[in-house]
Formats: sequence, structure tokens, C-alpha cells
Amino acid sequence: MKKNDFVMRFAGEGGQGVVTSAEGFAQAAAQEGYHIQTFATFPSQIMGGPTWTQTRISTNEVLSSGDELDVLVAFNEEAYMTHKDAVKKDGVIIFNSGDFNIDDDSSSIKALGIPFDELAKSTGNTRAANMVVMGALADLVNMPQSILESFVTNKFTRGRPNDAEIISSNIEALSLGKLEIEKNNFHLGELAASTPPKYEQILINGNAAISVGALAAELDVFIGYPISPATPILLWMEQRLIGNGKFVHQSSSEIESIIAIIGAGYSGKKAMTSTAGPGFSLMSEGIGLAWMTEIPIVVVNVQRGGPATGLPTKTEQSDLYASIYPAHGDVSIPVIAPGTVEECFYASIKAINWAERYQGPVVLLSEHALAERQTNIPKPDIKKIKIENRLTYTGENGYKRYEGEKLSPMPIPGKPGSYVANGSEHDDWGDTTHLPQRHIEMTNRRFNKLKLLENEEYESINNHNEISIMPWGGSKGPVQEAYKNLIEEGVEIGWFYTMFLNPLPKKLLDELKEKKLIIVPELNYRGQWSSILRSYGINAKSITQYTGLPFKVNYLIEQIKKNINLE
Amino acid sequence: MSVNNPEYDFKWCPGCGDFGVRRALEKSLTDRKIATELPMENNVVVAGIGCSGNLVHLLEGDRPYGFHGVHGRSLPAAMGIKMGSPDLNVIVVAGDGDFLSIGMEHIAPQAARNLNVTAVIMDNAVYGLTKGQSSPTSEFDMITSSTPYGKQEEKINPLKLYLEYGVSFVASMMSSKIKDLANLINIGMDHKGFSIVHVQSPCTTYNDTYQLLKGNKKLGIAPIAWEIPEAHDKSDINAAHDIVDKGGVPLGILFEDKLRASFDENINKLNEKVKPRNLDKVIESFSI
Ligand SMILES: Cc1ncc(C[n+]2csc(CCOP(=O)(O)OP(=O)(O)O)c2C)c(N)n1
Ligand code: SF4
Ligand SMILES: [Mg+2]
Repeated sequence: MKKNDFVMRFAGEGGQGVVTSAEGFAQAAAQEGYHIQTFATFPSQIMGGPTWTQTRISTNEVLSSGDELDVLVAFNEEAYMTHKDAVKKDGVIIFNSGDFNIDDDSSSIKALGIPFDELAKSTGNTRAANMVVMGALADLVNMPQSILESFVTNKFTRGRPNDAEIISSNIEALSLGKLEIEKNNFHLGELAASTPPKYEQILINGNAAISVGALAAELDVFIGYPISPATPILLWMEQRLIGNGKFVHQSSSEIESIIAIIGAGYSGKKAMTSTAGPGFSLMSEGIGLAWMTEIPIVVVNVQRGGPATGLPTKTEQSDLYASIYPAHGDVSIPVIAPGTVEECFYASIKAINWAERYQGPVVLLSEHALAERQTNIPKPDIKKIKIENRLTYTGENGYKRYEGEKLSPMPIPGKPGSYVANGSEHDDWGDTTHLPQRHIEMTNRRFNKLKLLENEEYESINNHNEISIMPWGGSKGPVQEAYKNLIEEGVEIGWFYTMFLNPLPKKLLDELKEKKLIIVPELNYRGQWSSILRSYGINAKSITQYTGLPFKVNYLIEQIKKNINLE
Repeated sequence: MSVNNPEYDFKWCPGCGDFGVRRALEKSLTDRKIATELPMENNVVVAGIGCSGNLVHLLEGDRPYGFHGVHGRSLPAAMGIKMGSPDLNVIVVAGDGDFLSIGMEHIAPQAARNLNVTAVIMDNAVYGLTKGQSSPTSEFDMITSSTPYGKQEEKINPLKLYLEYGVSFVASMMSSKIKDLANLINIGMDHKGFSIVHVQSPCTTYNDTYQLLKGNKKLGIAPIAWEIPEAHDKSDINAAHDIVDKGGVPLGILFEDKLRASFDENINKLNEKVKPRNLDKVIESFSI
């Protein structure tokens, strides 16, 4: 029987070709019309260090990177020892026999040794070890070699004199890998033919999707400080946020980043920064300043694990409280948390639109697992994108910028309407005041503006049921896969989802309040989202995990059943 | 109470040096308005937190734009405003605590970039607004509310520090010389790059230094302030250091680098070199 789905993990040391094999194979499969998703972890050291990447290939949309492995590719012994138990009973292991040999019989999993590097060397191209691996894998699942060959031809046609030579050595490496599988008759199964989607697609990860989204929303200014896993956004912007009126720069600290983008926002520009946990903590005071002065800015927080320096290269969803309430005093910061790579693109546009619409800071809450996840998504149609711009003041001087308890036009420096954007409590001119009535008025004004953000979309499926499940952020995919399985099993359960976490769409809030129980899978210890939902009077309960890794689908199915007393 | 706004509820103490700085800034902004024919709204005053920063609310006459953020962060805000909208004229007003203690980390990067803004620093060697604690420029062993038995830190030398960091325009003045101060602020605003006008602006309530600055003949006290001689070569960094090393409070321009390009000029040059990215093509580059 043909199989619709294969999960492969590539493990070894940084620099051995782990990532290039995993991503190359995924890319080739995507070109053929398969759905793919990769999940990467990086070593914390610069050179070498254990690393692994998982690639899932399917004839259908891929929702999670997969629980158990059909194939493990072990580039060294340590990788074999670490990952062998993740392989399914009927899965296989391919290992680098040039590096080590498997002499323990304790594992009943079929294994085949291939000397990756030696075979590569024999083609005259020592860098083609990843091609040996890819050629072997393709044959393992009966994927036509032509798919990989055309991938190689595309990849290395770069208009250089030695293109042809490189292409032919890589293709030779592919066939050497294939030959090893053939020789040993080491086949795993046959991957069903793909059904390429009718629409155009792109292959992108979460960080890049956020970056492209910001460009699409007409971002003017980006200022950031390097920090994992958000650094790629800064580097992306440094390359591409170029041109008249655009400004991109690496700051000297996250404090400088946040205050500088507030300055840019004040001067009339669309401005953004990106960071992760430690940098986000340093931005607290600044985010409060943007809220107080009513200046549009977007802060991208790509979550990593743990407090303080924490787990820089792992994933977690533990910054939700900090994102909604990052600062002292009465604040409630709008938060958009995309759940998929595709949503990263639209969330980025929405975050900039929201900032412009309500005139204040917006947190775009992503996470490591999304940032580094490569997947195929429908190519965005930029003609359909709606771009919003702040309401600006166009009158004469003598304008009271902060008058009244709702949103008002914002003056732009250089044009009439001068005022003081003031982080101290202020009167309608922006001058400091301590009058109780003013503090009431201005606090009301700042909170009233949130109402402009309450009409966004959300997903509500099967909600005739009393119990529903509601993931947030990057846990959406695995939870969706678990949900599908449960529905197939006949379990009666509803589904809610939105990326607009604060403020929640008003209608969604009303629906949630009607439910007997809302189950919230989330990657943190305290059950942050469910506790916030409970504070709204919703009976919500979390399924938590704090391993630094994404949820596994089987674990979710088990836990959800427990929560609805089916086990 | 301010002329513009009766509701505004802060006042400087009688005799506070900041009054003079305000007058000087008003004068230079008005001079600039006439000279450039640009409206007052072309100016943005970015204020630190302190008695000094409150100047932004106390300005009289035509109102420039103002940005009154959080303690110590006037320079990052100024960078965002200037680089977001390089046509604006950006002036920072801040105290010694704001600029040289909590905000110290921001001076070196802006000096390295040569950010094209003018900082007017009101140094009273004390934290005025929080009622008289010691500051980085308070003297060693000085008694303040937070150093009841004497301050056990050397005072820093801001002028030396600006020169070391590579600030491209450094001037020093005292608040009572309003015309001279206005003139220095004007030159600073015209300077392409990062200019700092460091002003001795006494706090009559917590650290009254008028007598020290101006001297008192009757009591036989010599003034510590002295005019920088006409002959001083402002383009010579070593000569600038010599001036600082003479001690006291020099009055005038210590250093002025007219050759260096400013941050916005450099960024502009980069932008001319690199072709802007077309969104369609960027998206196309991710095609499968
Ligand atoms: C983050 C932060 N820390 C402390 C304060 C309290 N604070 C306000 S003004 C000030 C010192 C002001 O001193 P200086 O900059 O010299 O201004 P001056 O009042 O002397 O003009 C301090 C510590 C604050 N507002 N914010
Ligand atoms: S406390 Fe000092 S610095 Fe503050 S207003 Fe009074 S005199 Fe001026
Ligand atoms: Mg002071």
C-alpha cells in the first residue's frame, strides 16, 4: 500500500550537512507538489555541536512535524544513540558508516550503513555528502530520482563557469546514494504520488514570513538588536528595508531599539523592532511609553524558553502574560499570536495595521517553533492586502492632541499641530498634570481605543458541543492534527481558534462564555492563556508542557480525552 | 503654570539656572526660524526626565513639537525621530542625571554614528527633581540627601568624556550667559552631526554654585568659569583636551569637526548605492 506521509529526522553535528540534507529534501519534495514542514533545533555552540532537523513530507497539508520517525538519518554515533528511540517499530535508520558502526543488537529497528563522505569524495565533490543522503532517501520511499535531479539542476544553475561540473558531481552523488539502497534492497514503502495544488506556492519560514509581511504593510523603520531566535528578522531587514525614506539599523541595546522606534513612530513612520525574552523584558518601560504617548509601533517577540537567559534555542509559549501586561501601571497591550507560518505573514500586516488604527504599541507574539519552521504556503496575493494608515491631523496650530476619551487625529512633526508626546500623565495638550479628573479621562481614553480592535475573525467549528478545544500560537498545528483524529474517532468536541489574543474578538468572547469547558493546550507551566480566559469568566483549563519542544499529537489526544473524561 | 497652559503644574524654583537655558533655547529657535524660513513645527524638543527636561513644557512663544519620554532615553528617541524624518531639527534637553547616569550608555553609540542632533545638557551636579541626591558630576565627598556622610565616588568629567567618545561638536557654557548660550546652540544646530552644549545650570535649592562659577570679589573668590581664547583651534582635538585639562568651566566651543559626515548623510549614501526591493520580487524569491 502506498503511504501518504513520511517523517524523517536528520541528526548529527553542525557542519555535517544535517540541515542542508533536511531542507534540500524538503524543497525538492515541495517542488514536486508535496506538502512539507521542517522543524529545526540548533546547537547552542557556534561550531559543531549536536543538531537535528525533522522533515515531514505528505500528500496532504502538514499540521505538525510528526511524533515518531519513519526514518532516522544518523550522521554520527551520538546522534544515533540520542534519537534511535524516536523511530517507529517499522521505521528504519540510515547511518554514516564512515563515522561509526552499530554493534548493539538491542534495537530491533532495521539499519543500513552508508559511507556518506567517502561516496561524496569519489565524485570529486567532497561537499556532496548531503546528496548521497538525499539520493538514498528518495529511493527508500520510492521517489523518482528525476525529482532530485531537477532540484539539483535548478539549485546549481547560477551562471558560473563550473555550474555543469558541480551539477554532474551532485547528480552522481545522488545516484551513489540510490545504489546503496538498491544493492541492499532496503526499501521502506512507497510514497503516494503528489497532488500539486492548483494555486502558486512559496516555501518560507515564520521569521521570513513576518519580515515579508512587514514589507507588504509598508514598514518604514526597523531597529533591532541580535537575539535568538529573532535575529533572522533583523538580518532580513538589513538586506531589504532599503530605499528613500526607509531606515534600518542594528541598535546598541533593546532599550535603544524600543525607544528609537517610538521616536520614529512619533515622527510619522511605521516602525518595528524584533526581539526575544531577555530583550523583551528590557523593552517593558518603552512599551508603556508608547501606550501612554499613543504612538504606533510593533514589537515582534519571538518566544524562546524560560526566564532570564533561559533556553535561547528552544521553543515555549511562556511570554503571554508579559506581552499583554509588559509594563507597570494600567496597560493592556494588543497581542497578535500567529499559529502557522502562513499566519505569520498576515499577522505581521495586521500588527502594523492595528498599531496605525488604534495609535499605540502592538506585540506580535511568535515563537521559536514557528520562526525556524519551513513550510509550503499559498503565495500571498498582495493586491488583496488591506493597508491601514493612522488618522493624521491636517488642521492649524493650537490643536489639543489628547482631547476627549477616544481616538483622535495624530499630528506629524514638521506640520502644524505641535504638542508634547508625554510619558507622564498629561492634559489634552500633552503637558504634565496630576489632576484626578485628567488621569481618569486619559486612562479611559487609552482603554477605549482597544474597542477598535475587537471585530477580527476567529475560527469556530462544531460548537454545538459543550466542550471545546482552543489552542493559541504555534501549538495550533499539532492541536489541529489531534483534533482531526478525535473527530474521526467520533469524539464530540468543538474547536475555537484566533490569533487575536488581546483584545479577543467580542463575539468569540461571548461564544466562549457559553461553553461548559474550554481546553487550552499551551507550552508553559502556569497555563497562562487559560488563566486569562478564566479571568473573563470562561471555564478554561490548560494542558501544559514545558520541555522546550512542541507538543506531540499523541500526547495531546491522550490529554484531551482525559480532560473530557473519556479515559 | 506656564504661559501656554495654566493647568501645567510644575514650576522651577526662583533663581534656577534652567530659566536661563529656556530663554536661550527660545532665542535660538526663533533665530533659526527666521534664518531657515522653516516653521517652528520643524523643531522637535526631546526632553529627559528631571527639572531640566520640564523645559519642554515651559517654553514660551511659538510651540515646537515636544517629546517627553522616560528617564535617560532622550538620545534613542532623538535617533528615531531624526532618522525617521531627517528633515526635522531635533534638540535634546536633559539633566546630568538623565544624560550622564542612567542615559550614559546612549552617548557613545550616537557619537559613533554622528547622529545629527543637538543636546543641551543642564548640569547642576545634583538630582533636582527627586530632591537633591548625588549625581555623576557631584564632587567627591559632597554631602547630599543620598550621601549624608559624603559622596564616595569621583565626579566624572563630561567634556573629557564627550571628546573621548568622538562627539563631533563639544561646547561648554553657563546658564546665566543667555546670549552666548543661544549662540552656541545655534552653531550646534547648524553643525552636521552630534553636537553637545554642556551648560552649568545651578540648582538654587540643592546645589547653588553661582558664586563658584562667577566668583565673588568681595569674598576673594575667583570664578571657576573662564572664556576659551579666540586663538583656540577648534578643529584640533588635542587642543580641546588641553582646554579641559586646564580645569574649571571653560566657556565656548572646545571642538568642532566640520569634515565628518552625519549619520543621515551616510545612510542616504547607502540608500543611493543599494537598489530598493520590489515587494513582488521579494515574494517571488520564495517561490517553490
Ligand atoms: C527609570 C527611572 N528611574 C528613576 C526615576 C526618578 N527620577 C526622576 S528625575 C531623576 C533624576 C533627575 O536628575 P537630573 O537628570 O540631573 O535632572 P534635574 O532634576 O537635576 O534637572 C530621577 C532619578 C525615573 N523617573 N525613572
Ligand atoms: S530643584 Fe533645583 S533644579 Fe529643580 S527647579 Fe529647583 S532649583 Fe531648579
Ligand atoms: Mg541635575
